[in-house]
Amino acid sequence: MIWNQEIECMDPRELGKLQLVRLQKLVDYLGERSSFYRGKFTAGKISGDAIKNLSDLKKLPFTRKTDLRDSYPFGMFCVDLKDVREIHASSGTTGNPTVVAYTGNDIKLWSEVMARCLTIAGAGPEDIVQNAYGYGLFTGGLGVHYGALELGAAVVPMSSGGTKRQLKLMHDFRTTVITCTPSYSLFMAEEAREMGIDPLKSPIRIGVLGAEPWTEGLRREIEAAWNMTALDIYGLSEIIGPGVAQECPEKNGLHIFSDVFLPEVIDPATGEDCPEGDDGELVITTLTKEAIPLLRYRTGDIVSITYQTCECGRTLPRISKVKGRTDDMLIIRGINVFPSQIEAVLLEVEGAQPHYQLVVERVKGLDTLEVQVEVDENVFSDEIRRLQDLRHRIKKEIESVLSLVVEVKLVEPKTIERSMGKAKRVIDRRRG
Amino acid sequence: MNYWDRNIETIGREELAALQLQRLKETVARALNSPYYRKVLGDNNLSPDSIRSLDDLRRFPFTAKDDLRASYPRALLAVDREEVVRMHASSGTTGQSTVVYHNLQDLENWTGLVARCLVMAGATRGDVFQNMMSYGLFTGGIGLHYGAERVGMMVIPIGGGNTHRQIQFFQDFGTTIIHITPSYALHVSDVIRDLGLSPDDFRLRVLIFGAEPYSEATREKLEQLYRVRALNCYGLSEMNGPGVAFECGMNEGMHVWEDSYIVEVIDPESGDLLPPGDEGEIVFTTLTREAMPLIRYRSRDLARLYERTDCSCGRNFRRLSRIIGRTDDMLIVRGVNVFPSQIEHELMRIPEVGTNYQILLDRVENLDRMTVRVEITGRTFHGEVGELRLLKKKIEHALKEEILITTEIELMEPGALPPSQGKAKRVIDNREM
Amino acid sequence: MRVKQISVFLENKAGRLWELTETLREKELNIRALSLADTSDFGILRMIVNRPEEAFDALKEKGFAAAVTEVLAVEVPDRPGGLAGVLKALNDDGVNVEYMYAFVEKKAGNAAVVIRVEEVERSVSVLAAAGVTILPADEVYNL
Repeated sequence: MIWNQEIECMDPRELGKLQLVRLQKLVDYLGERSSFYRGKFTAGKISGDAIKNLSDLKKLPFTRKTDLRDSYPFGMFCVDLKDVREIHASSGTTGNPTVVAYTGNDIKLWSEVMARCLTIAGAGPEDIVQNAYGYGLFTGGLGVHYGALELGAAVVPMSSGGTKRQLKLMHDFRTTVITCTPSYSLFMAEEAREMGIDPLKSPIRIGVLGAEPWTEGLRREIEAAWNMTALDIYGLSEIIGPGVAQECPEKNGLHIFSDVFLPEVIDPATGEDCPEGDDGELVITTLTKEAIPLLRYRTGDIVSITYQTCECGRTLPRISKVKGRTDDMLIIRGINVFPSQIEAVLLEVEGAQPHYQLVVERVKGLDTLEVQVEVDENVFSDEIRRLQDLRHRIKKEIESVLSLVVEVKLVEPKTIERSMGKAKRVIDRRRG
Repeated sequence: MNYWDRNIETIGREELAALQLQRLKETVARALNSPYYRKVLGDNNLSPDSIRSLDDLRRFPFTAKDDLRASYPRALLAVDREEVVRMHASSGTTGQSTVVYHNLQDLENWTGLVARCLVMAGATRGDVFQNMMSYGLFTGGIGLHYGAERVGMMVIPIGGGNTHRQIQFFQDFGTTIIHITPSYALHVSDVIRDLGLSPDDFRLRVLIFGAEPYSEATREKLEQLYRVRALNCYGLSEMNGPGVAFECGMNEGMHVWEDSYIVEVIDPESGDLLPPGDEGEIVFTTLTREAMPLIRYRSRDLARLYERTDCSCGRNFRRLSRIIGRTDDMLIVRGVNVFPSQIEHELMRIPEVGTNYQILLDRVENLDRMTVRVEITGRTFHGEVGELRLLKKKIEHALKEEILITTEIELMEPGALPPSQGKAKRVIDNREM
Repeated sequence: MRVKQISVFLENKAGRLWELTETLREKELNIRALSLADTSDFGILRMIVNRPEEAFDALKEKGFAAAVTEVLAVEVPDRPGGLAGVLKALNDDGVNVEYMYAFVEKKAGNAAVVIRVEEVERSVSVLAAAGVTILPADEVYNL
């Protein structure tokens, strides 16, 4: 099944024409409505007319995450607040969160691309989709939710966590499609076996797994554990949330919806295009979004791209799985974590010191984050209760900022490894 | 006064009765498609033809929460599985969970009812709606979300918790309406004060309260603290979730959307219908639900129905008092329904735990805190501190999985708690509201 | 009256305790009494040594998180009920004992305990009034 045959299998030349028209309109739209981009355009005198062909995209400026943060809260909005239907936000780093907004049409677009994703993965209206991505400000939950409704499948809006309950409902309702992070799907399989449920006997046939990078090795483990097809989904809240690209059962890359999300892969250092097939930073221009359209948004994700037609018949370009990051962002249980966020918390908690190290591990398939904090004489107390209280406060504060459960371990002073005088902040022991 | 759907909201009593009768017949016909009602109604020789007037509803047996549990997972489903597009479930994995199914039309109707509530509260397209109830299987978050988007407000689906960020968003996005539990509203107000802020720093104008009972005094206090209007929203997941009844603010009580629900008040002991104005258990019959119609569902909530039906807001729907209590021992902690039996069940599965336990509820900085005290068995303690900590963690984790909220665990010496013979007081509720 | 106790933060990690005692040995410091409180992820070693200031500096130099806390050393009659008598005096006056540990006194006939209380001043008078002997600091360091 193909959700939108016309678009997904469009002749590449036709697709190029569509992209060009949309890009011209977008530039005019931004010039008219976005104070942020207008400022950037007048410097270089750009308008829709200046875009004669798609390569003129290179004349347009990049947009970075810092641009979104600096223009918090409304600086990037192109519509009146009256026309905004929904707001999402990522957790705040040292100051402001990154805010994204949707008009009614943006939510329609989101539902459409998510319905395409689920269909590409092989799901249909007869399926029962258990959605274990977190609901709320995180885009994972509601994005998949809207798409599954659009598709006409039955949604079980589980949200994340509560593993026993997830498994019980999965078993009782004969869930056929699971949406969650890859590591959580593996964790659920282990928990199932401990509860005496054989995951191999479950009717689950498809996993649409994303929000964190994963390898072929992990895919094989997950597929063997559940006897299902495990496919990668890609997205980021700045672009729309989940629904930017989706892997099909051919498993040779993720189809990126370039009719609405125009991709480039560039050398992050020079900003120049990478040759097809080479690794580089993924850059996306949203062609039809209304509330906050973005020009050449630097995702920070390292991928490669191919424009060859896929065996499944879709002509859309395909990106590889995410191979790394251009910055120090960590993804833990689908949640983006910057070490600077934790540093900011430690500076705020009374009695804590910003001497810390993050240890990321995978235990029974599930990511764990341990924050080791050095106890120096300023912090040390003779009373166990005080230290435990400090530990507890640090834990609560970090958990509140990251929306992620962490372990906090107090360690002796100067025990955190330092390289070239600078503390090594992250030890990532996950494999696969 | 604004209406979302003026025609239906201002319908006269007689016309309403005719509509109810028609819809009741349809409901019974639909219910017969479910295995459960096919059996129960068949055993009692009941069919749509048994209904000639609304009074005939009394001939139908009640549907109890235990019937829902016993019919888990699918015996109450009245449409093909393929038609279902959403399900919600209450907490609990130990045979306590109740499940509700919706088809597209059901979601459409529910969204419409919530939109009516919100417009009644004064919501318009220009409003910014911060939804501070949790999302997911719990109906409080998603239910209001859809209704608010339908009204055309800007929705911030922030969920509960992370108070500093909630307050930052009040300021940064000019939030005008929030949906919140009353106890959390008290806590947020404390934090606002601690940050040196005041209601003048925000544009809030309406608070919508749901998910837990509270007093009129608390409402007044909150209205003063926030300098806004506070309105009550009532619902239960078996009847969709929020949006069953809502306050118009003109008169005491919440209008029940009687075009969608028939409401009765009964003596919980005898099951007899009570005269208008008397306090009793509320019983609902769905009138438009397709995927899972429920007939005479006993809510276990105690309240009164006011006698007068006319209201200065122009609606003639009967009004329900605030919820006065429960017919069972259900606790509401941070908006989440918890049965002591769920806790007991989990504790007894852990071999290191003795047979005695106690549930202690109090409020710290205006947030509910649940402490579970358990006795350890003599053979558990081997002198290792680490061992006891692991046990605490294990109990905490098991309870969290079951009741979805975090509890504090206190390990007690054997014999420290009142023995389990007779009617031991298991729950000590020190919360004041 | 007040005795200076050295407290040290220790991760539950092999070899740390040995490193600590090695540091004291190098400076020829003698441990008079000690107690180790442990939780599952860290521990606190509390001890009385003959030259507390010197020990504190040496430990800090070696990178340990250490602190000096004031405690009381109390003589306890070496017979059944001896300790109960001491604690009764404190309990009757509502003084809360944070922690305590015993050590060996070289004088025959008596035992000794280190007591950590919040209100040191008041405890001293309460204990004195109850006829309990409080050991002077110098005597404790030079046992």
